[in-house]
Amino acid sequence: MNRMSWFNAVSLTLGFAFLYIPMVILVIFSFNESKLVTVWAGFSTKWYVELLQNEAFLNAAWVTIKVAVFSSTMATVLGTIAAYVLVRGGRFMGRTLFSGMIYAPLVMPEVITGLSLLLLFIGIGLDRGVFTIVLAHTTFAMCYVSVVVSSRLVTFDRSLEEAALDLGCSPAEAFRLVTLPIIAPAVISGWLLAFTLSLDDLVIASFTSGPSATTLPIKIFSAVRLGVSPEINALSTIMISIVTVGVITASLVTKHQVARQKREEQAAERA
Amino acid sequence: MIHFQNVTKRYGEFTAIDNLTIDIYEREFYALLGPSGCGKTTLMRMLAGFETPTEGKIFLAGQDIAPVPPNKRAVNMMFQSYALFPHLSVWENIAFGLKREKMPKHDIDDRVEAMLKLTRLEKFARRKPHQISGGQRQRVALARSLAKHPKLLLLDEPLGALDKKLRQDTQFELMDIQEKTGTTFVIVTHDQEEAMTVASRVAVMDHGKIIQVATPDRIYENPNSVYVADFIGDVNLIEGTATPNGSDAYAMSWHEGHPPLTVKSPNAFSDGQKCHLAIRPEKVAISSEQPAEADNAVQGRILDIAYLGNISTYHVELPTGAVIKAQTANTRRIARRAFTWEDTVWLSWTATAGVLLAD
Repeated sequence: MNRMSWFNAVSLTLGFAFLYIPMVILVIFSFNESKLVTVWAGFSTKWYVELLQNEAFLNAAWVTIKVAVFSSTMATVLGTIAAYVLVRGGRFMGRTLFSGMIYAPLVMPEVITGLSLLLLFIGIGLDRGVFTIVLAHTTFAMCYVSVVVSSRLVTFDRSLEEAALDLGCSPAEAFRLVTLPIIAPAVISGWLLAFTLSLDDLVIASFTSGPSATTLPIKIFSAVRLGVSPEINALSTIMISIVTVGVITASLVTKHQVARQKREEQAAERA
Repeated sequence: MIHFQNVTKRYGEFTAIDNLTIDIYEREFYALLGPSGCGKTTLMRMLAGFETPTEGKIFLAGQDIAPVPPNKRAVNMMFQSYALFPHLSVWENIAFGLKREKMPKHDIDDRVEAMLKLTRLEKFARRKPHQISGGQRQRVALARSLAKHPKLLLLDEPLGALDKKLRQDTQFELMDIQEKTGTTFVIVTHDQEEAMTVASRVAVMDHGKIIQVATPDRIYENPNSVYVADFIGDVNLIEGTATPNGSDAYAMSWHEGHPPLTVKSPNAFSDGQKCHLAIRPEKVAISSEQPAEADNAVQGRILDIAYLGNISTYHVELPTGAVIKAQTANTRRIARRAFTWEDTVWLSWTATAGVLLAD
């Protein structure tokens, strides 16, 4: 392998430093003995222990996970259907308008989405709580899911569905038995995307949450306004490690699958 | 068994199928042959149920199939891309259609085994489509489409993705399977050699119309138009005017200062009618001396020689500037070639060698 030029090495170092130093500092200080966030006083895991005894944080974490699971599942179902109709529905009236409208929330400022949802919920007299956050998250995560799924559907060989129909499937069976299993990876990554979006959303959640339901980002944000505590650091470290493990596992699995498929295809051609 | 009655298919302004009436009989191997965009695939997709005719009716075994959706038709299709389900094994791919019929488990097992045996895929039953080679995938697609005992099997350019050697082997396999199963096969292809090899009848299409339907030998020897003659195989076309000269015989004047050509033709031509003589290169003999008893003989100069191993094609330029191709079989190994470039030679053919076609 070629040695990197000094310019490339420096840019790489600077780039990664810029990205990761804040997080590294956060992780290091989560193991700090001292209550003062900026002074190092020796290694300790006591903030993790304290975190696990903090009812408010645990409640918020539970709400967050509930919201994320429900909203990402609903968003996946709706987003997949929307993507399917937009890609497969042919040229129905207003198709361009619809696809534009599906993508619009992606670029819409979150504040506006949050505010409009808040006004809607007030208008129809819906009490704000877990349910409204789920609805709100479904609304904006659905667009992301439909983008991911439709990009897969565009490259999907139409004749596979026709073959299923030809072999006696009703259109619904063809979707369930052929289309869905094949686009499953895209649907799953859409779900994961929706899940992470919901996990870390602060703006829309704060508009649509009520006193009965507080998500983790809201809780962290309000706690930090009273001063950064090492507990928050510990909590953030846990979140970082969950995300890291998830991302690494996903990419390793994909890499392994791709490599295996390639090997098997080569073996088949040789045979 | 299949009857197309004045079928027309339009996409907006574009007419893909133009008022077409054809019959396809039971147990036939029927080939739709034509250049891309001639409507042959549209015709097939209408049989499968993926397209509906704009006008006209299609009857399958006497029943109008327009209102029958694809999943209810006793018609199966083998797709150009094979369309194998990548998430299912070879076995499950073949069983897919049978499971939809709610067939008992052991009947499915038997049927799939029989199909695997027919297509010699027993060893690969557990493999996924990406774990087998192109030729094997093609056989899986065939097995899957035959599994349901269709009355009619549609094959859309089934051999397009295979290399030449494999394609030839598969063509014979297809014919073999067609005979064994007794299913009516309709094949769409743009490869005239493939159509000639496998089909019992060939329909030559152009611009949404059927130009000629006949057995392969009739299509080749008795094309009904310049288009068919030109599309199928290699042909020399000589333009001229016909003068009746006895029963079924014509004298065709083709160039001033040259004696007219003698042609026998069952097609009638009036005196002075413009016509084309279509003659296959292998029916034109080449010699260095003027042949004594030939119906037609013209002199020319060799322009080019294409050596193809089993045959050689000579491109001979006539004094009129026209180029006539003559083919000879290389029956001897390392034969001393009698002719070379720039040689002056005689081309000759009999009165019945060519076909006289109207303009």
